[in-house]
Amino acid sequence: MQGSGALRPIVVPGEAVGGPGLKPGPGTYSEGGRVFAAQLGIRNEHEGLVSVIPLNGRYIPQRGDAVIGEVVDLGPSHWLVNINSPYPAPLHATESPWRVEFGDTARYLKVGDVIMCHVLSVDEIKRVQLTMQEREARRLNGGMVMEVSPTKVPRVIGKQGSMVSLIMDLTGCRIYVGQNGRIWLDGDDRSVAVAAMAIRLIEERAQAVGLTEAVRELIEREKQPGRGPRPS
Amino acid sequence: MSEEIVSELMRAHIYRLASTGQRVDGRGLDQPRKVSVDRAFVKTAEGSARVKLGNTDILVGIKMSVGEPYPDTPNTGVLSTSVELIPMASPTFEAGPPRPDAIELARVVDRGIRESKMVNMERLCITPKEKVWILFIDIHVLDYDGNLFDACSYAAVAALASTVAPAKSQGLGDDFPLPVEHWPVSVTTAKIKELLLVDPSLDEERMADARLTVTTDENGDIRAMQKGLSGSFTYEEVKRIIETAQRVGRDIRPLLQSS
Amino acid sequence: MEDIEHIEKEMKLIGSDGRRLDGRSFDELRPIRIEAGVLRRADGSAYIEWGGNKVLAAVYGPREAHPRHLQDPARALVQCRYNMAPFSVSDRKRPGPDRRSVEISKVISEAFSSVVFKEQFPRTSVDIFIEVLQADAGTRCAGLTAASVALADAGVPMRDLVASCASGKIDGVVCLDLNKDEDNFGDADCPMAIVPRTGDVVLLQMDGHLTYDEFQKAMGLSIDAARRIYEMQRDALRRRYSVTHEDILKESPPTAPVAEERPVTSEEDFGPEGI
Repeated sequence: MQGSGALRPIVVPGEAVGGPGLKPGPGTYSEGGRVFAAQLGIRNEHEGLVSVIPLNGRYIPQRGDAVIGEVVDLGPSHWLVNINSPYPAPLHATESPWRVEFGDTARYLKVGDVIMCHVLSVDEIKRVQLTMQEREARRLNGGMVMEVSPTKVPRVIGKQGSMVSLIMDLTGCRIYVGQNGRIWLDGDDRSVAVAAMAIRLIEERAQAVGLTEAVRELIEREKQPGRGPRPS
Repeated sequence: MSEEIVSELMRAHIYRLASTGQRVDGRGLDQPRKVSVDRAFVKTAEGSARVKLGNTDILVGIKMSVGEPYPDTPNTGVLSTSVELIPMASPTFEAGPPRPDAIELARVVDRGIRESKMVNMERLCITPKEKVWILFIDIHVLDYDGNLFDACSYAAVAALASTVAPAKSQGLGDDFPLPVEHWPVSVTTAKIKELLLVDPSLDEERMADARLTVTTDENGDIRAMQKGLSGSFTYEEVKRIIETAQRVGRDIRPLLQSS
Repeated sequence: MEDIEHIEKEMKLIGSDGRRLDGRSFDELRPIRIEAGVLRRADGSAYIEWGGNKVLAAVYGPREAHPRHLQDPARALVQCRYNMAPFSVSDRKRPGPDRRSVEISKVISEAFSSVVFKEQFPRTSVDIFIEVLQADAGTRCAGLTAASVALADAGVPMRDLVASCASGKIDGVVCLDLNKDEDNFGDADCPMAIVPRTGDVVLLQMDGHLTYDEFQKAMGLSIDAARRIYEMQRDALRRRYSVTHEDILKESPPTAPVAEERPVTSEEDFGPEGI
């Protein structure tokens, strides 16, 4: 079923999503000249391209993505970083912001450290390389990290960053959103807890209309004095 | 985050919050997660229960058959407990024969039930030295989100409470409910540095220095204990943990007893 | 204990009115209920009740394949483990895989292997787990049906869902979806699984005695039922992410639904063409 107008039904793998002249985009495949959904998601059409926006799925690294990772291993000239994708991601010493002597990697990043970094490259057989040469790259200290489904990241960020900016403004927290679904929050404990609640709301109701208002209301309500911590 | 390691950042966050008496999910340090019990879930079993402790999800089936008693206990039924950490419950569980943690879990749950004399095993004797009822407690972990000791124990207790011995099909008279006489409740506390947290969540468990499980009966008497992990407790801490276990146990016990 | 021989002589599985012991007609499915997204840790999951069957399915992946020497450099491995809980059957089953479970795991792995877009994820593994909590014949069909929903729930890219059903013969009559007694005392059982859109058969097994004609009748019943089962699978997935009004696009750009950092290039944004 293809939606038109306000109602866009969910499509399951194998459902026809194409129309005359539409080319297959992400989340679809073509067979016999027709286009079908490859994943469970929402059908979308734009400028001659039909795609399916998945409702769930693992994080598949793409060049340029900003991600939040955790160092899980290290060697004399690199670290191995868990970025919550099917592929382990090495960060070479030469791609770090420091001058690292051979064998001295542990001095700069140890196992268990959390970093904000970028995907430098993904080759044809999906081997990933990370880099910390970009401006925002850093080791993260303090705050906390939460995980959402990577498919919800666009919603958490919002158009031109509007949603995450709203949460930061209303709670006073610093927030980094990784494309891999990991989100770093920093601020006083109460603000961080409220921001985390807002993000959980977005994750659960990503498809809802009026989400921005709902988020604003939640934060305003939770900021009232006298509200203690609540189970998330 | 990563399957086994809790990052330094999250350790600091969890510890800092806990120092102010709060936890990441909003609970107090002495507060267990919500317990939900769904009885008689599996009809092929003589008794069963599905219990959720937070998001930790356990299904226990009780199977009963007739067999020979152990030579050193010729007049009592036989109790056998096993735990399967099935791979779907956690990315860290692998298929294969039971690993030490599964075996320890099974033995600790078994101990709590056996030592509290929850089920009157003498009443499960059919013909002394020859024929007794054999009780299999099969614990199936479906979803792992911390604190398997308590979750598995609650599910086993709830399942036993709803078990009916299939005497009729064995030609041994009418079916009868298992003679349940005591109610063991397991309460586990994790120690992170100097802080004690009841019913640890997954992350709390993964960064804990030590863990103590205490099973008490309806009189508050201790029936089983198990200390785990490589850290240590002071004796004062042990006493505090036992008192907490008695108190929390009193709150949880009614949830496990048949309605 | 029941006297099996006595039962075999006496048991009529189909009455003179054409009704089976549980009241069904020859082409009726047992009641089926499917729920998607029932577990927290797994990437995708589903639970199915099918007659007296209760089966849980879960998916992890694509994830790094271990051990490393089993990795396929060109594609994902698709591996299924089918297991029965000890309390799922009347006579307790010892924990651990038996030969039957190993065989079923293999044929189900192969069924999904033909629909998952494996080439998109070299060196990884898509791990499917099927756990039978309560058994009443047809567990592999119930498990496969649930696993299909779990795969979609996990967002694993596939050509289509896979729907599975079995037909057999009891008292000489070809019937759909045998229950435990019918399977034990019947003359044939033929489980199958299809790709609903194309009708491609991805799982087919049979044991017993069927003429070629009877086989075609049985397949006809199963294929027809599989289409109905597909509707239930799709319904379960839609309910999971229940959407009345949606506009996931409202606040993010359309084609590459991410923030500014990710450049949109023509090559990277096209999905796989064909298989």
